[in-house]
Amino acid sequence: MQLYPVVTQITAIWTNFLFHTFTTYSTICTRDSNTVYCHINLLSCSYIYQLMSFYINSPLSCAVVVPKWLSVSSGCTLALLRWFSSFHGSLFPHLTVSCMSSEDMLAEFSQVLNWSDCVVRAFAWHPHTDKFAVALLDDSIKIYNPKSATTPTLKHRLQRSVAAVQWKPLCATALAVACQNCLLVWHVDPCSLSTRPSSGCAQVLSHPGHSPITSIAWSPSGSLLVSASPMDTAMMVWDVASESGVPLQRVGGGGVTFLSWSPDGSHVLASTPSALFRVWETRMWTCERWPCVKGRCQSGCWSPDGSRLLFTVQGETVIYALTFTDTPAGVPTCTSKGSQAAAVVADLSETTFNTPDGDIIVGGEIQSLAWDPTGERLAVLLKGDPQAADRPAIIAVFKTRTNPIFELLPCGFVQGEPGTEPRLMQFHPNFQHGALLTVCWSSGRITHMPFYFLSAGVPHFGLSGSPSLPRPQERPADFAKQSLFTELMS
Amino acid sequence: MLSAEQSCWFVRKVIFWRAVASIAWAVLLLPPITAVFVIISRFSLLHPIQAVSECLSFLTSASAIFSFILLCGVIIMVGFLNLEYYTVIPTIACSKIALLGQLLHPRQFVNSLGHCIMGIIVAWCCAITVGGRYETIADPCAQGDGSPQMCLNEYHLILLLAGAFVGFSHSLLGVIYNMNYVSFHTVQQYKYLRFKGSLSLVLKCSATQALYSVRNYIVVYFFLGYIPKAWICKTLNLHLNSSVHPLDSIAGLLDLSLLYHLWISASFLLFTWHLTLLLFRVFVTEVYSFPVQSSFTEDAHQCLPTVLTDKQPMILKFLALLDLALLSQHSPSRRSEVFSLSQPGGHPHNWNAISKECLSLLADLTQRLIAYHDTVATNGRAKSLSTGSERKTSSESSVTSGTEDLMSPRPTLLMKTPASVFARSIVGCPQSPLTAPFTPDLDSPFASPALRRLTAPMDQCSPWFGTVQSPHIMRRVPKLWSTSTDSQVNGSPLASPASVPSPKQEPSKPSLLAQFLQNRKEQVKNVLAKRVLIMYLFNKLPEASSQALFADSQAHIWALEGLSYLVQSSFSEDQFGVVQTALPSILSCMLGLQEAVDRHFKLPHASSKPVRSASSMGDSTHKTLRFALRATLKTSIYRITTTFGNHLNAVKMSAEHRKRLQQFLEYKE
Repeated sequence: MQLYPVVTQITAIWTNFLFHTFTTYSTICTRDSNTVYCHINLLSCSYIYQLMSFYINSPLSCAVVVPKWLSVSSGCTLALLRWFSSFHGSLFPHLTVSCMSSEDMLAEFSQVLNWSDCVVRAFAWHPHTDKFAVALLDDSIKIYNPKSATTPTLKHRLQRSVAAVQWKPLCATALAVACQNCLLVWHVDPCSLSTRPSSGCAQVLSHPGHSPITSIAWSPSGSLLVSASPMDTAMMVWDVASESGVPLQRVGGGGVTFLSWSPDGSHVLASTPSALFRVWETRMWTCERWPCVKGRCQSGCWSPDGSRLLFTVQGETVIYALTFTDTPAGVPTCTSKGSQAAAVVADLSETTFNTPDGDIIVGGEIQSLAWDPTGERLAVLLKGDPQAADRPAIIAVFKTRTNPIFELLPCGFVQGEPGTEPRLMQFHPNFQHGALLTVCWSSGRITHMPFYFLSAGVPHFGLSGSPSLPRPQERPADFAKQSLFTELMS
Repeated sequence: MLSAEQSCWFVRKVIFWRAVASIAWAVLLLPPITAVFVIISRFSLLHPIQAVSECLSFLTSASAIFSFILLCGVIIMVGFLNLEYYTVIPTIACSKIALLGQLLHPRQFVNSLGHCIMGIIVAWCCAITVGGRYETIADPCAQGDGSPQMCLNEYHLILLLAGAFVGFSHSLLGVIYNMNYVSFHTVQQYKYLRFKGSLSLVLKCSATQALYSVRNYIVVYFFLGYIPKAWICKTLNLHLNSSVHPLDSIAGLLDLSLLYHLWISASFLLFTWHLTLLLFRVFVTEVYSFPVQSSFTEDAHQCLPTVLTDKQPMILKFLALLDLALLSQHSPSRRSEVFSLSQPGGHPHNWNAISKECLSLLADLTQRLIAYHDTVATNGRAKSLSTGSERKTSSESSVTSGTEDLMSPRPTLLMKTPASVFARSIVGCPQSPLTAPFTPDLDSPFASPALRRLTAPMDQCSPWFGTVQSPHIMRRVPKLWSTSTDSQVNGSPLASPASVPSPKQEPSKPSLLAQFLQNRKEQVKNVLAKRVLIMYLFNKLPEASSQALFADSQAHIWALEGLSYLVQSSFSEDQFGVVQTALPSILSCMLGLQEAVDRHFKLPHASSKPVRSASSMGDSTHKTLRFALRATLKTSIYRITTTFGNHLNAVKMSAEHRKRLQQFLEYKE
């Protein structure tokens, strides 16, 4: 990006020029419509666009009687420039994004709140067992297993700036790690006693231009892995065993920042850095475009049956929902027909609560969403304001029901010890007695919060002894002692 | 062989039309490509407008239209060669000599010749297109005495020969990189999107391959260019223009514009051919949806259960298995047809046929792996036997694949190797016990019992039989070979007892050794020198044996996926319990295969990753099929165990399998 200073300089000169010769508007405008055109390039067009809009809207210009043809031509120019700059981001995502370093980019697009100074950078439960993987600030990954005394530590030369980890479904060993320059797939034998698996246990998947990787998602059937990079307009679909990747490219949006595979495997949510996200259908890999009004799609999660997608948009304080109905089975059409527009299901704008400790303002922008596998609890991580003491980052929990109609009821808040804020959360994939929310705190502590309830949708056969009654979780952190196990981070 | 393939309804009705459609698209894409080529080849920076107008006037000229028709003819020819030579099971050469055999196979020779001629035709069209000094083969020129006569235009000639060379090298590289192998993608996409996604890769491949081909061609022309030049002059009664610099010199070849035109023409040629190949692959590998059951009996042979059992066109079997894998995964209504009972009688014919075929495929692979492992284990290391056993497995696959493997050079190889074995047994036998008592001899392919057994007529008709049936016989053979002295060469190896103790013979050897070392030093040297070359040719390429063993594993992968998804969905969808009856056999088959695969991956070279070559049109997916199979196998077993959970404890199976299954149930595999 060495071009930026030059451009700034040019525009500065132009500003001077424009204002010095302002009295003769015709000169400016001919300059305007000729010379500015000549100088349009993709880098400077946004600058000139701002400059021109300033000039057109400035009070000085109102004093001058502008001929009609001039205003029309200026309007056309503006429209053209606006149209042009709208392409800017979509054709050249690198230009909009690459002013950030890749670390900044990871921090910007990660699902973790304040990723750069977070001790726990990524967390992943194994989909079938009680083990989990934790990526730490020093780029190592630790695997905790309640059934094993050893805690393997994974380190690799290429394992830097871990943005996400995920276990392969229907497999005991494979763990995919999204790194700065590549994608690593570790094969950690659960029976092995080794605490430092060699880097030979890791497969390296890389594709030119596909870095840094900010998000990964395994297909629920365990056969494919998709990865996304904000610098690459293509989303990669990997066949991990044969280490071959298929880039899926679409024009518009520029880059892919966040991926989420629906639990039934039929759809993939792919958000882009611009105000646009896509929902891919995984049978023939076609996609639907969903333009947002305000900002980019920040986070999203799927209902357990894959029919409903909840997502949040940056700069807005609401949760949207999209429904997808499956096509009649067997008919080889591949676009899933669903609703035509997203519906607002929850408004989380700021509200003041009176607590014994004083007033707390809760609400605002949303960092991430998590829906438990039974579809009964929805956890929402609210960003809060790090500067204001009374507006902490907090997790709001909702009760949800998907059948027969979608319902969302407030349930409670999850707050940590004083001075700590939640950074990352995930539900346990197969907790027997309800839902288990795991939260990583800014202090480096990881807590598991069980929500005990009897699932309405899934009948529990042979569940010996009813678990404790469903009760409101105002401070469920107290229940952490009752959880399966607690791992304290150093 | 051809008639057998033609007779199949599927090839006649589907594959043929798919190929025709792909050729039609390639022909339709030809005009824009040609136009771009014309513009690129004629463009000049100094006179852009003039160049463009020249291009336009050329594009409407009669010669351009004629050359375009020729190009269309070439594309159609290339398309039909693709259809004729394609295979879904790659032919993997396990040694250098096997590769050589592939290259020298008559069928391949015809292919190369065809590509050569087509290369010349395309190059002629390029010469017309580029125009200027390339246009004609003969120029009027003034001789020393001033009399006008026709001289050879070497620029035209060099372009034509470049076309022939590039066509020839394209066909050779096609064999080396398995370009005729059609692989199936794990990610299903629409044809247009698949085509669009691969287009940039094809362009890049063509440009780079053209660059290398032109480089090689220039070297060849520099040294051998005078031969065709003289020949053409003689046949066409042309003269060499002495006033013009000859092109087969350094100064002549360092003409940048000539090099650029050579490269651009070669790129154009390769791009059109690669595009045709890409379209062919995209069209042929498209999913075909077979009906699960038909209400009309005359359509019964087109239904999935019957089609799966067909051996003949391999592409049909592959597409059927792909369809099975997709239907089991995505479409509940077709799954319900699989689980349904026949109307009178109430038999689950569909499910029985499908599961039986899938299980027999998997059992076949298990058998193959076990046999291979036994063969290897008997000789200690993988090296010596693999050459032989691969040949067996691939010839076995060529038996099943039938006409798909037409260009497989196995028959020639089978004829060749015995000859060399005999040659060795005459020359090399005396010193074999001496220079290297055991191990190096085992490493050399001549001593391998597999090769030896190839000489037996039995092996040629049923190549598999010996290995599976009689592993203990083979166990004896290597010892016999290595300990055999002159007296034993002619004796039947099977007649002598297996337990000939080798140490017994050791004491008598030193004297022999000394004798040989002293008397026949020169001879040994000669033989060794020969051996280096022979060893180079016969030495097994690393991991090729594993690749060959898993060459058709895409079918097994789909069979595994199809079975496991069907079993998974049967948990909730199978109303009559038809899957229940097959569950023990499915589980034991998968677990048995899992064991065999695990054992195979413990062999040397089996788990080493192949080097990935990105920029080549050849498909290298076959090199990683074994890894894909291993991963799919594990996932499939896990799919069943996670679905059924502890219910599986009620399934009857052997103790060993139960132990293995328990590992899966506890997520410890």
